Amino acid sequence: MKNSEESDSYIIHGKLALPYTYFAGRTGSTFLTTLRDQRIIMGVKCTACNRVFVPPRQTCERCMADIRSQWVTVESQGKVVNHTVIRYQDKHLPRKPPFVLAMILLNGADTPMTHILEGVNPDRVVKGMEVAAVFSPATTNTLLDIDHFEPVAEPP
Amino acid sequence: MTRNVSICAMAQIKNQPAIWQHRFQGMLMECFESIMEQTQVTFDMDTGLRNVVTCSDDVFDARTISDAAVTDVVGAHFRGEEKVAQDGISALGYAMACILSGHDDLILVMGHCKESQSESRNMCTNLSFDPFYSRPLGLDYLNAAAFQARAYMEETGLTDAHLADIVVRSRQNGAHTRHARENEQVTAKEVMASPLVADPIRQMHHYPVTDWAVGFLLCCEERAHEFTDNPVRLTGFGSCMDSYFLGDRDLTAHFALKKACARAYTMAGITDPEKELDLVELNDACAYQLPLWAEGIGITGKARGPKWMEAGGMDKHHVNLSGGMLNGNPLMLGGLARAAYGFTQLQGTAGINQVTGLQRALAHGTTGAAGQHHAVLILEK
Repeated sequence: MKNSEESDSYIIHGKLALPYTYFAGRTGSTFLTTLRDQRIIMGVKCTACNRVFVPPRQTCERCMADIRSQWVTVESQGKVVNHTVIRYQDKHLPRKPPFVLAMILLNGADTPMTHILEGVNPDRVVKGMEVAAVFSPATTNTLLDIDHFEPVAEPP
Repeated sequence: MTRNVSICAMAQIKNQPAIWQHRFQGMLMECFESIMEQTQVTFDMDTGLRNVVTCSDDVFDARTISDAAVTDVVGAHFRGEEKVAQDGISALGYAMACILSGHDDLILVMGHCKESQSESRNMCTNLSFDPFYSRPLGLDYLNAAAFQARAYMEETGLTDAHLADIVVRSRQNGAHTRHARENEQVTAKEVMASPLVADPIRQMHHYPVTDWAVGFLLCCEERAHEFTDNPVRLTGFGSCMDSYFLGDRDLTAHFALKKACARAYTMAGITDPEKELDLVELNDACAYQLPLWAEGIGITGKARGPKWMEAGGMDKHHVNLSGGMLNGNPLMLGGLARAAYGFTQLQGTAGINQVTGLQRALAHGTTGAAGQHHAVLILEK
């Protein structure tokens, strides 16, 4: 760049840290409070295309159908359909590296949800692995009431 | 369509790891002054600039309404200004629409992003996720891309060696591109030995933190001669937004990219992209995206990316001769960088990698995690 000399160049250190409250939406509220109070994972089913969405939403984006009242309970167990091993450290991450984030298709759902996978060597995670939700001992009032998923059977 | 649109001028600064000694306003100012100098465009309310489109991001700039901080240095005071807060290629699409609709003759597009300002680019992109189901898990653009990379590699047999070839070629091409980020040249072996950051993505598979600014002057074709004797026409634009949740999408299906292309190709009269595109610039934030997006725009078939690479497709179709986003452009400006390079190629000023007999180029941009939104621009001589 022009004027790229570096005299009189002062760096200010700043930070954005602003607490918020987020309304979870009515559909999201039902999902999160049911998870908190009953340890049950709920989805919504589009009666037009028969897809079960987890996390739930009030409209099927393909059929444009109002599906907000079509609640179904899905199992807290399912299959790993995709995963990554996170090997970098950062403040927004829920675990120290290395840890696994997996896309998990819960039994009864048609859209995989993403969550933390523990209880398995990160290098031994395979597609199709059966995993189950481990609920947090105390509520967090968030999705992290599912603390993580872990394999149902002992990994080989 | 009664009007046509041309790019009359483009100005950019060099892509750099950290332009710490300049504010982003200063980065834009340099581009702005260059466009004024190149074109002699004025701010006369009858014949000059009456509307400016900017591209910037609140989180990267650490201030909301980020455009408010730059309107003075891009000449937007006392006239129309609109901000695009996604990949800036959409700002070019928007400017095109302003001219095609007859809303105005002349639009200045200015974009900036200083990725180096924040402590962590991944923390910035984590904020693009919803606070209920995704953000608490630490999703960011890098680990979301890792899911897509795994899905694509599983589907097509794309290997770590293919990815290494893309990185090596990107850095070689970047070294031949003016204003490209200066990176170390690497061997395939070195790429394959670079640490995994989010399996299967290695550190060198992911574009490096970069600061950059760029500007374009767009004009209706009939007035282009007032500002340049070497205009480049914009003949097609299309965009499409895919589903938000990663789990709702087929990560390798090209749903949004195909729709964006269909719109742009129809507008530009393209029926066979494999034969009718002379140059292609794809927004590859990660190496695996180059063959994936190549499939999506139709220069090779579905799941044929690795075979296409092995058959020399990248060079045959003149894909990412700039080095691509992989060589280093900031988020928000990946698509604008693709368009800027297509513009220099069509003007015949691209230097060592200049393609001869070039008539038509495609520039591509993406916004969101793992290519949620795609936009495609067709540029012609």
